[in-house]
Amino acid sequence: MNKNNLILYIFILTFGIAAPFIFPAFKVQLSILCILIILALTWNVQGGEMGYNTFGNILFYGLGMYLCASVQVGMFFPLAEWTEGGGEKTFVHTPTQFFQGMAVGLAVAAVAPAIVAGLIGYSILGLRGHYFAICTLGLGVAAGEISGGIEIIGAGQGFTTPPFPNIGSLEARGEFFYFCSFIVLVLTFIAIKAIYSTRFKLVLNAIRDNEDKAEAMGIQTMKYKIIGWMISAFFCGLAGGIMGGLVGYIDSTDVAFDGREMGVFMVLMAILGGKGTLWGPVIGATVFHIFKEGFWTFFLGWQYVALGVLIIVIVIYFPEGIMGWLREKYPERFGEVVDEADRKAQVELK
Amino acid sequence: MDFLIFQVPMLTVQATLDGVLLGILFALIAYGMALQWGVMNIINIAQGDLVILGGYIAYFMYLYGIHPAWGVIVSPIIMYFVGVIIYKLVINKVVDRDLFISILATFGISILFMQLMNFAFGADVVLANSGYGTTMLFDNSVTLPNSKIFSAFISIVFAIGLVIYMKKSKLGRAIRATAQNARAAKILGVDTEKVYAATFGINAALCGVAGALISITFTIHPYMGLPYTIRSFMIVIVAGLGNLPGVAMSGMGLGMFEEFADYILGTEFRIGSVFLLLVLILVYRRFKLSKKREYLK
Repeated sequence: MNKNNLILYIFILTFGIAAPFIFPAFKVQLSILCILIILALTWNVQGGEMGYNTFGNILFYGLGMYLCASVQVGMFFPLAEWTEGGGEKTFVHTPTQFFQGMAVGLAVAAVAPAIVAGLIGYSILGLRGHYFAICTLGLGVAAGEISGGIEIIGAGQGFTTPPFPNIGSLEARGEFFYFCSFIVLVLTFIAIKAIYSTRFKLVLNAIRDNEDKAEAMGIQTMKYKIIGWMISAFFCGLAGGIMGGLVGYIDSTDVAFDGREMGVFMVLMAILGGKGTLWGPVIGATVFHIFKEGFWTFFLGWQYVALGVLIIVIVIYFPEGIMGWLREKYPERFGEVVDEADRKAQVELK
Repeated sequence: MDFLIFQVPMLTVQATLDGVLLGILFALIAYGMALQWGVMNIINIAQGDLVILGGYIAYFMYLYGIHPAWGVIVSPIIMYFVGVIIYKLVINKVVDRDLFISILATFGISILFMQLMNFAFGADVVLANSGYGTTMLFDNSVTLPNSKIFSAFISIVFAIGLVIYMKKSKLGRAIRATAQNARAAKILGVDTEKVYAATFGINAALCGVAGALISITFTIHPYMGLPYTIRSFMIVIVAGLGNLPGVAMSGMGLGMFEEFADYILGTEFRIGSVFLLLVLILVYRRFKLSKKREYLK
């Protein structure tokens, strides 16, 4: 890590810690931004580095959301009575109970999806290309439909997560969820940066470029694919758990397994930023979120129309993303050796 | 969860008949998907939304006092042009590219259509009443709406008509040639761009027919598109591209599966079970092929 990078990281970290105090009105938006970046980063492990375009990471996100809330309630009160309606008014979490529940819930929300990813990984990751994409799409929708039929987690009427306890300050709720998501974001970034600097990333790229050849070279591709998916599931589950608490209400198809929104957002953000890069998803998610929050109000009611058009335009005209565009423009910044004469010749050709 | 179906054996007959009639409709949609998948190598996620749009055309005819059965003629004509327009605007830019690009682009179209239909037609579940009445079978223990029989009949007519058209007509030959080898077809003077546009248009027209029939037989709603896409995808991968009897058979099989799942698991798990079945089929085929060290291509 050179000096410039270190300064950049320290700047971002300081900004991240100071942000809720500088922009107190935007705490919820900033937390959502953190969650979106986590989702884009984890999607990029599959879609960008491994070449497995998944629509199914939403499964882990939703699973984490339901598990975190269920554990948080179930640790202290009967879950069935809570979800049957009005439970959140009868049973009140004390602050200790709330934070204890949240901590255990988040741990479960991270570990359980990772285990699920490990269990289904061997079956699902054997599929390739568009079959994998459609299969994971089916998985996400199936999870949404099925969880919408299960009584104990609220079925069709939804699940209210425990309300934040009154601990004096009115600002506490926003700050708590912001720092939760920011810490998870930092952890995700560190973990993903760490695995990208090892042989693991090279294996993932080998799988993307030519899986048969990678296998012929003696790499146990399946093992790496499953581990990659488990890492994604771990952080997706955490993000889901926090998002559940932040939104305060879980609905099976509109909040948790929301393939139409979050499921597409994560793909779109990673592609917008540039898939297959470390910073791409971060930039993509930030740009996307700013665009979304800035313009969504102008498109009031027409958001999905705008979203549909945005997907089509980005996919067709901008598939390399922001990082890809920068790379083409300033290749030497990305560590590529550029021959000056060659470049001049190219400019003349144009 | 109730097991009424085991206590009343006649429900089995009911479910089977319903399933077969429903499955023929699914097969019609799947036929369109197989056609454009085979010719253009594109998986169209917006397939189901085209179906729903076709359904709304018939529904609006019903609202303005025209019998919705005429939608079977009007809807494909309108949908053909919708399909060609979609092709010109979006699909022709993704034809030769990675399949995932086409999946994502058509996903965008699907979201766009869903929302536009939601604005234009409202978020209510609607149906076009054909007033065809019902047929009672086996001492009134099995009820069969005549509209279902009508829709299955029309689907078969359209499917057979299209098969003959593909065999005999000049455009049909051009489409089949392009599907076999687009480059060779181009060299031999086939305007592949036109063929692609026509293929997508025909696919949309088939969706239009199916949609009109669905609006008569069942109900339509702007957000109901994706299950139809998944169903047709499933039918195509079970049957394989270009295997028409297979498409018909697996369509009926899927229809029956759904009806039985509806009775046994309950209506709330119906769509979920369809999606889960897709996952199971893909996983089954993956394991079967991995024994030969191959994978689904």
